[in-house]
Amino acid sequence: MIKLFTLLVYVWMFTPIIAVVLLAFNPQQFGSFPMEGVSFKWFVKLSHNSTILDAFKNSMVLGSITAVLSTAIGVPAAMAFIRYDFRGKEFLNTLLIAPIMVPEVVLGVALLLFIRWLQQPKSFALLLIGHVVLTLPYVLLIVQARLVGIKREYEEAALSLGANPFQTFVEITLPLLAPAIFAGMLFAFTISFDDVTATLFWATAKSQTVPVKIFGMLRNSISPEINALGAVMIVLTVSMPLLAGYLSRKFAGKKTGKD
Amino acid sequence: MDVLYRKVGEKMVLKQEKNPAFVKFKGIEKRFGKILAVKKMDLEIPEGSLVTLLGPSGCGKTTLLRMLAGLEEPTSGDIYINGKRVNDTPIHKRNLGIIFQNYALFPHKTIFENVAFGLKYRNVPKSAIKDKVEKALETVRLPGVGNRMPSQLSGGQQQRIALARAIVIEPDVLLMDEPLSALDENLREDMRREIDNLQQELGVTTIFVTHDQREALSMSDKVVVMKDGFVQQEGEPEEVYNNSANHFVADFLGHSNFLNCTVAEKSDQFLRVTLEDDTALFAVPSGEFKSNDKAEIVIRAQKFKLGYQADYVEEQDMNAFFGKIVDRSYMGGEVSYFVELKSKQVLHAINFVKRTPYRRGDEVFMKVAYANCRLLKIDEKR
Repeated sequence: MIKLFTLLVYVWMFTPIIAVVLLAFNPQQFGSFPMEGVSFKWFVKLSHNSTILDAFKNSMVLGSITAVLSTAIGVPAAMAFIRYDFRGKEFLNTLLIAPIMVPEVVLGVALLLFIRWLQQPKSFALLLIGHVVLTLPYVLLIVQARLVGIKREYEEAALSLGANPFQTFVEITLPLLAPAIFAGMLFAFTISFDDVTATLFWATAKSQTVPVKIFGMLRNSISPEINALGAVMIVLTVSMPLLAGYLSRKFAGKKTGKD
Repeated sequence: MDVLYRKVGEKMVLKQEKNPAFVKFKGIEKRFGKILAVKKMDLEIPEGSLVTLLGPSGCGKTTLLRMLAGLEEPTSGDIYINGKRVNDTPIHKRNLGIIFQNYALFPHKTIFENVAFGLKYRNVPKSAIKDKVEKALETVRLPGVGNRMPSQLSGGQQQRIALARAIVIEPDVLLMDEPLSALDENLREDMRREIDNLQQELGVTTIFVTHDQREALSMSDKVVVMKDGFVQQEGEPEEVYNNSANHFVADFLGHSNFLNCTVAEKSDQFLRVTLEDDTALFAVPSGEFKSNDKAEIVIRAQKFKLGYQADYVEEQDMNAFFGKIVDRSYMGGEVSYFVELKSKQVLHAINFVKRTPYRRGDEVFMKVAYANCRLLKIDEKR
């Protein structure tokens, strides 16, 4: 009974996704089952659509820079929260995690109002700042969780052996933290790459991301190109974490000399 | 004959005598919020000796060690290493070797890299590093494991690597924070002897923190018994064990019986005292006592001689108790008996196993020499 129920849930969850991927290969303009043949026509058409390619490039650039910035801020912040005591620590930590709890619409409007108040135009920089705010909590949480697991004794041992605090961080803490940093980066990238709600508020005509672009296209017509684009997005967002997991496992395996 | 020279100021001084206060704590105090972990403590540790800080958890022993290591900052007081005040010296400049309870080997580095870690920051040339690491691995009897990762070694082996990593930098002081408690019973015994031998071989001043009295008594030159942030007693193991300064020390070390009593009068080198049920006994006083002082007698469980009441004969200079065995537990080489006296107090005696051990309900006598009954002042703080 439970098994059947589980199966139904999976079917419920994945059928639309599978439908999108399948329809991407449908040569017909209006998708219907059963499909009449298989074709890459929409993918080809997609690759000639310069606005989509631009959006794709925007998404990649935005995602990458967001990931790097979020990690660059998140790792030292996590270090401070876990390893040091200072006044207002709890408050500051909650503040940085808060964007997870605040509805994205609110966040989107808030940042927009703020920029208006500063009398600045919408720009790529605004989008970037927004995405860093959105993704920072995830990086922070992942890195903090790992840092709690790294015993202080490793660092204390390194210090006692003569390494100064910076050398200790580089030689001991950072390598032990690397998987979490990597995971955090990946998370940040994926979230930035996927985000629609907040990005709708922040994106300018020039800095549209793929999801926003799809959203815009959907308003005009349901072109099968979207299916193709959806398929590409699915492949990307699913394969990236898998690839990363595989690489990190291979890397870790080599380090300990085990296969 | 090897003569060691030490540079003091401009002169070369013949180093004949070892510094009796190589490590010195002066009025040291540590407060965590409202809790006073270490209270106005003074302690001197002689050069080249192995000193154990012994006490129950929360007695401040680890805090004291961490302050010496530079991992905690004292709230007040001074710490000296070889005459130099180190309060403001950061940990990485103190030249100490620390051994942690959970080894703390760097999991992402090979054994070689682990042991060589401290040498990297000491301007040791590459070739010398290799030699030193190999020698250190030989010292801990684990040559040829340099290429392995820590996770591939057993707990005992990891602890030895931690030892190698700490001694390879030739530290001024070796600090060990309960290094054996993560090992299992048999291994612990071996490691204890090994650490003891190694320490004597290297002659490095060592401070060993433990809550295990057997570790403390078996390997130390000096035992410092601590409780509630205070030193209760310090001295050689025999001294601390046989002449415990107070109730806590006598109770913490080994198995002791305590009997409340009132001092009656002096009699030769002994004091005559009376128990609450007016039984008269003789005991050795520790310190000055007056008649009618309240006091307590301490008797080690191992000092009692048991026998059936039917076979009792009085002996010179021996106190005697009579009672019934209410419980016993077999511990391999010896047996623990619990004997209930008429006064309902239960005494604990440990005897070697005899062919016919006493059984529950047996009526027995317990003899103990006057010399093994020590009279202690009642500890008000208790």
